[in-house]
Amino acid sequence: MRIVVDLNRCQGYAQCVFFAPDLFELHGEEALLYDPAVPEERLEAVRQAAAACPVQAILVGEEVSSRVR
Amino acid sequence: MSDDLREGRIVIVGASLAGLRAAETLREEGFTGSLTVVGDEPHPPYDRPPLTKQVLLGKAAATAVGLPMRRDPEAEWRLGVRASGLDTVEKQVLLADGESLPYDRLLIATGTRARPWPDAEQGALDGVFTVRTVDDAGRLAERLDAGPSRVLVIGGGFTGSEIASACRERGIEVTLTERGAAPLVGALGGVLSIFADRLQRHHGVDLRCGVTVTALRGDGHGRFTGAELSDGSQVEADIAVVALGAVRNTEWLADSGLAAGPRGVACDAGCRAFDMYGIVTDDVFVAGDVSRFPHPLYEYQMMSLEHWGNAVEQAKVAAHNMANPGPRRRPHLSVPTFWSSQFGLNIKSVGVPTFSDHLVIAQGSLEQGRLVAVYGYRGRITAAVTINMAKWLEYYRHLIETAAPFPPAPEAADRSAAASFPIHSDVPDPAVLSHGPTVTLTGHLPDRRLTRVWPTG
Ligand SMILES: Cc1cc2nc3c(=O)[nH]c(=O)nc-3n(C[C@H](O)[C@H](O)[C@H](O)COP(=O)(O)OP(=O)(O)OC[C@H]3O[C@@H](n4cnc5c(N)ncnc54)[C@H](O)[C@@H]3O)c2cc1C
Ligand code: SF4
Repeated sequence: MRIVVDLNRCQGYAQCVFFAPDLFELHGEEALLYDPAVPEERLEAVRQAAAACPVQAILVGEEVSSRVR
Repeated sequence: MSDDLREGRIVIVGASLAGLRAAETLREEGFTGSLTVVGDEPHPPYDRPPLTKQVLLGKAAATAVGLPMRRDPEAEWRLGVRASGLDTVEKQVLLADGESLPYDRLLIATGTRARPWPDAEQGALDGVFTVRTVDDAGRLAERLDAGPSRVLVIGGGFTGSEIASACRERGIEVTLTERGAAPLVGALGGVLSIFADRLQRHHGVDLRCGVTVTALRGDGHGRFTGAELSDGSQVEADIAVVALGAVRNTEWLADSGLAAGPRGVACDAGCRAFDMYGIVTDDVFVAGDVSRFPHPLYEYQMMSLEHWGNAVEQAKVAAHNMANPGPRRRPHLSVPTFWSSQFGLNIKSVGVPTFSDHLVIAQGSLEQGRLVAVYGYRGRITAAVTINMAKWLEYYRHLIETAAPFPPAPEAADRSAAASFPIHSDVPDPAVLSHGPTVTLTGHLPDRRLTRVWPTG
């Protein structure tokens, strides 16, 4: 699974960092850095992070590669 | 009529951010026909912004940036094959492998590529890079892992500045050259570029502004060893990153009869392409970095935006309009937004900072390293840029959308003392920059020239 964060929307509230500090980190005061590749065992934490984001900036989904025909 | 538009054959050329988001939206809009997405890269759609951030910092693998789908667009993906031409009369896309794909409606989303170093032989030296694709970023990240003695970054726009930032954070020596007076001057104007200048020097970048790189040197065995600058000095380095802006991928449309060229493919506010006579088509649509479209907030000038958010928003509008008849169509009016992170700072903008004559620092200050700069043109707010004060952007977006007067009224409690003194925004002519502008206004303001078109190289 992959994530992408709409950083135009992200306000640096850091709720996601709280749920999955191994995948989301604040770089300086406000700039969010994240690992786009979600290991299977962290999927639940990432879903919680996405649900907790106050501006709904985190999209979790399958990447296209698994569907290329 | 509306049923017809939900059926038939749609082809999307360009399998990246705009192409994927448009494909998803077509299905959300009830399109049940056949959908084919053509992309010349072998990779499925991936996200480019992390390439100069997480990937160069070594925090994410270049192979990890695949874009998640919002939903499965149930498309046929034709990856690794280039569209080589377009026949708008027979309504088919010609592919480089000789096949042709018939369509009822077409979306052009071929984006841009990195502007290469002008001298092909020098550009081919081992150690010379551009960063646009995962392959570029993956190879550069590997070289950075090997601990180069110095990296030369050519061009001080957002991309070049982010690359310099990633190198410094990894303890790698960096020289950055910029033809303009300071980094980011082309995007943010003179005042904030002074801030960017200080920021880079503070983080140990060997910054050379007002100079150009005149030649890249090799060791005689095809390895890059350094560069000559226009001031007569030389830089020894084992990697050079060419960050001279982008070239729009429109060559494949040269014989299509569409209004396509180095400035992009012109379209109307509903994303429908214009033909070369300026007549709007109704079966060819455009979205993302390759497009140029009129924006009512900026005097209907034709704008090209190399912005992630624009690719997403415009793709959704284009897809909606491809699946809906005239009266139900929507215009693409969203206010441009952009972010960059570099040297630990979050730089965001809303509106078009280069469309300005004055600015005020409304909150914070250059000294505090956090601020809101509000830009105005002829007494109206046209843009705002925040550095580590992103929470203010929504407020100023609303003021921009409602054409609020400039300088802004004293609403904000923590307004800075400088807020009442508009200063000249000092936006340079793009011709003086190393890198291409990431926002191009292709119309003309009476008092300024804001466009420059390079021959494709
Ligand atoms: C390193 C980097 C960092 C960035 N950082 C930011 C940032 O921080 N913030 C921000 O707002 N924006 C950023 N951007 C810009 C953002 O990534 C782009 O705006 C976005 O990728 C545009 O998407 P697109 O789909 O329109 O075009 P593109 O992503 O350029 O995709 C076009 C696709 O079409 C393919 N193609 C071209 N010609 C053909 C052809 N003839 N046939 C078939 N396929 C073809 C291309 O190979 C490419 O895969 C960054 C870009 C880069 C490169
Ligand atoms: S929770 Fe949402 S707004 Fe907050 S830092 Fe994460 S992505 Fe950004």
